[in-house]
Amino acid sequence: MGFVDAARERIENLTRANGNGAGDGGPPPAVCARHVTVKRGDMRVLEDIDFTMPAGQMVAVIGPNGAGKSTLFNALVGLLPVTSGEVELFGRPSRERRAADVSYVAQRDEIDWRFPVRVEDVVLMGRYPHIGWVRRPSAADRQKAHEALARVDLADLAQRQIGELSGGQQQRVFLARALAQEARLLLLDEPFTGLDAVAEATIFGILADLQREGRTILVATHDLNTVMNHFETAIALNRRIIGYGSVQDVLCSDILTRTYGGQLTMLRATDGSAVVLGDGCGHFG
Amino acid sequence: MAVDILVNPLVEPLTYPFMQRGLLAAIIVGVVCAVIGSYVVLRGLAFMGDALAHAVLPGIAVAFLVGRNILVGAFLAAIITALGIGLVQRQGRLREDSAVGIMFVGAFALGILLISSMRSYSVDLTHILFGDVLAVSLQDLAMMSALGVSILVIVLLLYKEFLLVSFDPIMAATTGLPVTWLNNGLLILLSLTIVTGLQVVGNILVVAMLIAPAATAYQLTDELWHMMLLSVVFGVVSAIVGLYLSFWLGVASGAAIVLTAVIMFFVVLLLTRKRRT
Repeated sequence: MGFVDAARERIENLTRANGNGAGDGGPPPAVCARHVTVKRGDMRVLEDIDFTMPAGQMVAVIGPNGAGKSTLFNALVGLLPVTSGEVELFGRPSRERRAADVSYVAQRDEIDWRFPVRVEDVVLMGRYPHIGWVRRPSAADRQKAHEALARVDLADLAQRQIGELSGGQQQRVFLARALAQEARLLLLDEPFTGLDAVAEATIFGILADLQREGRTILVATHDLNTVMNHFETAIALNRRIIGYGSVQDVLCSDILTRTYGGQLTMLRATDGSAVVLGDGCGHFG
Repeated sequence: MAVDILVNPLVEPLTYPFMQRGLLAAIIVGVVCAVIGSYVVLRGLAFMGDALAHAVLPGIAVAFLVGRNILVGAFLAAIITALGIGLVQRQGRLREDSAVGIMFVGAFALGILLISSMRSYSVDLTHILFGDVLAVSLQDLAMMSALGVSILVIVLLLYKEFLLVSFDPIMAATTGLPVTWLNNGLLILLSLTIVTGLQVVGNILVVAMLIAPAATAYQLTDELWHMMLLSVVFGVVSAIVGLYLSFWLGVASGAAIVLTAVIMFFVVLLLTRKRRT
């Protein structure tokens, strides 16, 4: 069974932590998690998470519901206490990072969309970590917020209440907020929920732009079609990191089976071809 | 004369010093409740507010028994209850509303028990429960003003922080705001507001002053500070109209103020029903 052995070896390569860039004198990695375990009660919701993500990459985090995608994000930025292990962001312990370094766009249902804030108010929140306690946003802060909103092409909706926008526009507002914040690392938790293909494509246009500027982007999603069509690198997560590497390698049946527990999955590529996951990784027209 | 007929009913009540003090007290409560009430409405703290308002009772009783300021006693009781709710929630597997329910009913019963043990005090229980704005002394008024101004100054200073922690607590925490402390701070401000409103509308009706003006404003605006200002307008109007109504009709002032606020809420609800779907 040479094929199975080859696949197994490939998985092992993918699963093994890639060495971080500390030794070669390059810039520190954006994210470096070392043997991170998170317990909720007696349950290990994350186990031995160990990976390094170089700055300037865009990586998808895939896994079924309950795999710990949001928990991973929370643990990376210190919103959840880590039971053991440690997280470094840009070469510093996560706790000691600058306030504005990370922009975390939570899942849609974490936000009260009827809250009385206007689009420009939301973007201006990105300036808060720069402004500090008590002080008011300056004209320069407002200018930066306005520019950020213009970059996601929503300047004309600045005065609207945030809930009046479409789902795609709302996600763009949060990207504008990350821009105004001058965040170096963006964490987006299921940002494409409920969006149509056009809205999704618009967002990927902006994300590509942000990546070109050197920002690091982690996107949690359960939608493998999106991952296949728009990402080059992915992490497969189910309490542990099952695989980490190029999308072609991660979206291979052995890793997906171990991530999703044997559910049959069918993917549709941009060219209309379907990838059916049975044995091995096949590509069928 | 025609003018007198119109003006006298408005001016005459104000010739009584107790009405002057009462009106000022009602306006202070209208303003402070309206501002803090905006957070209560947006954060879904109505039940928490109701609980803290009920929980002041044992504090008042104990303060009275040991001869201390009852407002200080009321405030401490509210804070202890808020802490207790957090503790019960963290220890057990109860949902927040059950933890709140147990703590506030317990505190309320303890208060009634203590007050019923002092027979001479029983008359004043209705004043605590339903307020007695016409019994407000100059000293009370000074204390209420001081409390009110402190609350407003803190809200003004921390406007940006409270906005972020209310709208997007995840971003607030990610960018280093002490979310737990800000939330606790909000509960402390809420407790202080309840204490401020005790004498005007009483501890049972104070929740209505927290919710009704802010809920009315919520239907009309898209910005937090705008909502707060409108809420203040509704709060102050209900305080004034309610107090006059109670004077002219000879009914309980706290209830008249609260009912005015609630009626305004329904009028705005009907008028804006079609605007928002």
